[in-house]
Amino acid sequence: MKQKNLELAVGLFVALGLAAFFMLALKVSDLTSLGDDKGYRVAAHFENIGGLKARAPVTLGGVRIGRVVDIGLDPHSYEAVVTMSIDPRYDQLPTDSSASILTSGLLGEQYVGLEPGGMDSTLKDGGTIKLTQSALVLEKLIGRVFTNMASGDSTPPKTP
Amino acid sequence: MMALLAELGRFVLDRLARLGRANLFLLQLLRALSFLFGRPGLLVKQLHAVGVLSLPIILVSGLFVGMVLGLQGYANLVDFGATSSLGTVVALSLIRELGPVLTALLYAGRAGSALTAEIGLMRATEQLASMQMMAVDPFPRVLAPRFLAGCIAVPLLTGIFTATGILGGYLVAVVQLGVDGGSFWAQMQAKVQLFADVANGVLIKSAVFGLVANWIALFEGYQAEPTSEGVSLATTRTVVDTSLAVLGLDFLLTALMFGEW
Repeated sequence: MKQKNLELAVGLFVALGLAAFFMLALKVSDLTSLGDDKGYRVAAHFENIGGLKARAPVTLGGVRIGRVVDIGLDPHSYEAVVTMSIDPRYDQLPTDSSASILTSGLLGEQYVGLEPGGMDSTLKDGGTIKLTQSALVLEKLIGRVFTNMASGDSTPPKTP
Repeated sequence: MMALLAELGRFVLDRLARLGRANLFLLQLLRALSFLFGRPGLLVKQLHAVGVLSLPIILVSGLFVGMVLGLQGYANLVDFGATSSLGTVVALSLIRELGPVLTALLYAGRAGSALTAEIGLMRATEQLASMQMMAVDPFPRVLAPRFLAGCIAVPLLTGIFTATGILGGYLVAVVQLGVDGGSFWAQMQAKVQLFADVANGVLIKSAVFGLVANWIALFEGYQAEPTSEGVSLATTRTVVDTSLAVLGLDFLLTALMFGEW
């Protein structure tokens, strides 16, 4: 009887440990989203992707419809090629849809935002989005502000 | 001056010899493990002693650590309006660092010291010697079951600690402080990766810590001076050495797993 209780307690302990691992795998790290990559692939060329990372969300009208699966560089045009996997439920995207790299909030992560176009033909697996807008790079923005200021008033201030 | 140098040399040589003995001891332990295939009953008894009986302290500490993380994270994140990433903060700190390290430290205090005292007393009362007199090798019968049980128990306890901690963070953040429950889990799922975070942190780290903690505990017990002072000294040394080894190894493992160079 004593041995039986012992075995029961150990069995419970092991089961509890495995249950904890299952919770960590399924509830915490969302294993479910890893497996079902049945979306169709669409590529987009960007001049500059800023801080975009693989697995970043792809949204349309704020709704998440896919994610970035791969980021590469086109060796001929030196443009960044962002490959996205889009949920097959949303297979009615017009071919002249545009993609831009946006930032969620002031300090948030970067994501790809799509804007639907007006054409009748739809994007297929392996298609390319032609109209793209690069990420805003803060340094370039500041640089442009300074150039505008310098060209705005031709006489530089006397005191440095 | 010469005496001082000789003292230093003796100290270093002693330490080196001790390290060598510890490694030989580990080899003997590993060789003795195969014996357990025939005697699983021995393993179950030790799993109960080091695993099941450590559960209360692991559950309670995990819950409170998670709750404190939730409170502190909330207090800091609320200034930036970023309380929705509280789930990520709690889960990542628990999975990557706090879960494995705190479990190993608690295990060293709760089970490691007991192992050392048990083996040390067996030695002091010459039980190990009498086993050898009867041509019974104490390694497979006494030491290997304790070692393997500890190596199994520590990863399981780490998983339980981490899961309880996340539930504790959920209790404080969502139930008490009113963070949105949906974004708590969604942000966590978006940021925590199964292989990079959970497998590296909870599984690999805790397996290494479990091996080291049990190795040190059994070795200290086996090497203990067969007196009451010797056993007490060995028990103290187990807790101190295990804590230092775990914290040092944690830095190394973190640098290997999550450092980018």
